[in-house]
Amino acid sequence: MSELPAALDVTRAYRMMRLMREFEDQMHVAIARGNVPGFTHLYAGEEASAVGVCLHLADSDVLCSTHRAHGHFLAKGGDIDALALEIFGKDGGACGGKGGSMHVADWSRGMWGANAIIGASVPHAVGAGFAFSYRGERGVAVSFGGDGASNQGAGFESMNLAKILNLPVLFVLEDNGYAETTAAAWACAGRPVDRAAGFGIPGVEVDGTDLVDVWTKVGAGVARARDGGGPSFFHVRVPIFHGHYEGDPETYRAPGEVKKLRAEQDCLVKLRTVALSAGRATAAALDAIDAECATLAARAIERAQAAPFPPLSALTTDVCARF
Amino acid sequence: MAIKTTREAIRDALIAEMERDERVFVIGEDIAGGMGAPGEQDAWGGVFGVTKGLLGRFGRKRVIDTPISETGFLGLGIGAANAGLRPVVEIMFVDFFGVCFDQVLNNMAKFRYMYGGKASTPITVRTSYGAGFGAAAQHSQALYPIFAHIPGIKVALPSNAYDAKGLLTAAIRDEDPVLFFEHKGLYDEACEVPDESYVLPFGEAAVVREGGDCCIVAFGRMVLLARQAADLLAAEGIEVTLVDPRTIAPLDTDTIVEAIEDCGRLVVVDEASPVCGMASEIAALAATRCPCALKAPVQTVTPPAVPIPFSPALEAAYLPTAADIAAAVRRTLQ
Repeated sequence: MSELPAALDVTRAYRMMRLMREFEDQMHVAIARGNVPGFTHLYAGEEASAVGVCLHLADSDVLCSTHRAHGHFLAKGGDIDALALEIFGKDGGACGGKGGSMHVADWSRGMWGANAIIGASVPHAVGAGFAFSYRGERGVAVSFGGDGASNQGAGFESMNLAKILNLPVLFVLEDNGYAETTAAAWACAGRPVDRAAGFGIPGVEVDGTDLVDVWTKVGAGVARARDGGGPSFFHVRVPIFHGHYEGDPETYRAPGEVKKLRAEQDCLVKLRTVALSAGRATAAALDAIDAECATLAARAIERAQAAPFPPLSALTTDVCARF
Repeated sequence: MAIKTTREAIRDALIAEMERDERVFVIGEDIAGGMGAPGEQDAWGGVFGVTKGLLGRFGRKRVIDTPISETGFLGLGIGAANAGLRPVVEIMFVDFFGVCFDQVLNNMAKFRYMYGGKASTPITVRTSYGAGFGAAAQHSQALYPIFAHIPGIKVALPSNAYDAKGLLTAAIRDEDPVLFFEHKGLYDEACEVPDESYVLPFGEAAVVREGGDCCIVAFGRMVLLARQAADLLAAEGIEVTLVDPRTIAPLDTDTIVEAIEDCGRLVVVDEASPVCGMASEIAALAATRCPCALKAPVQTVTPPAVPIPFSPALEAAYLPTAADIAAAVRRTLQ
């Protein structure tokens, strides 16, 4: 793993990543108990991507996400209790229980939501970038998409528009190797960075298990976008520790694959090792963070399980502002 | 009061709203024309000349020609609206929604609800529709019922220049996504239109004519034909009530039901395909809200359920006529 830059707040990054991991691993258990409605897609394994990107963002910057958004929601500053309540479809959830796991959002923090149509949110990030540019602001918009989204036309149209209009947009492709069951290695012709290059957009390969690699490379793209340098593209390779969705029998994986990924490709283990050897954190401090995050996640999930459903009057509200 | 075409009335509304509100911008294919090309700029003003002259007034910052990339620039408009701007996006022909419908169906229509009331997408999408121009199957459809079917978006369907200006002004000021349908055959139709801005609220039908013998509910350009039919029938001593809903989402069901109850007879005229269209919707409204008021079976006047043909003879046979409408009214009175 890369050396730790002085400007990187290692403890903060570690805490954000650990909170995501605890939340997702505990959600996995809660879901297996069978009392979470609908479809959930867990982010465990990919934490360094969300955190390495979002450490560069302010609330006024915009993030457009995918169906696998719990990590993006937390990284952008979303409240863990509101997240848990939403996933359980409960009153007080981030979307009042109307969205669920696939639509968690926090608009007050520029987290424009999980969007469960693959590739659909990419042009919205371009629109957010357009609005920053239109108003003469220095904001940036980040579009997260997976390897599945990387084959959707919406992404290509978005890259083309972002380039010709020179907009402050970062396209972050989180490549976890699978679009549901289909291998990215089979489904994606050519290299993603070469696709970006086809639009004249600079693209870099990023090791998504290495927080420092993500933070450093994306940081350069954010600075470039804020200074009017236009869009950039990041191909972030990440492992995925749970299935495509919860309940997925994961028949498409190689035998022992997840065990190997957890042993060799865990961004948290890597960050901890480097932080300790560089003397940037103590084992006791990181252990305390681990314990604190475990408690926060457990409490959020317990509260959400116990919380009431939304009032039935919510069924017909918020269709339109006025109708 | 000045006589203006529908084209001019729409342009009036765009100019007034752009002058009034810095957040309003227009974006679409060839809406100025000539972007990056060696010849003249703004010679087109869109394929129907509606946005001609905006570039000179507002510049390239607010009048944005795009590549042929509907998902991209409609999605851009949605994102810009989420960010608080007031985009007016033009999809050149309604038929082209086939390549960007996800942005309508799953995105602009859903955000407010699925994000728990915390998102707002105040986008206006203008589009042209309608047959009668030899444009054949992929440039002539009247697809507005598909949009009205989707909760979360509003759909305006003006039948004249006056309504077009007031409804477009309302659309741009609305907090929700609006689909604004412009019939190709109405662009050159003219009527009295005030110079100053005004708002026509959505969900308020116009009672164009009050007769009482039979109620005609007509949509978009079909209102024009229904007026002609009403004149034909008046010469025979038949006085019709003509209702123009003006917006189909929301739909002013109360005014329509009242007119049906007053007349006891109903003819619905729609240029959309008859299956799951506005004609069947209004017939269902009569059947559910005021069945006992009906003295005769409901008559619908629509094209047949076929793609739109090219040959002028076939296209003429496809479209409803004033004579068809008059005949339908007479059937209700037999």
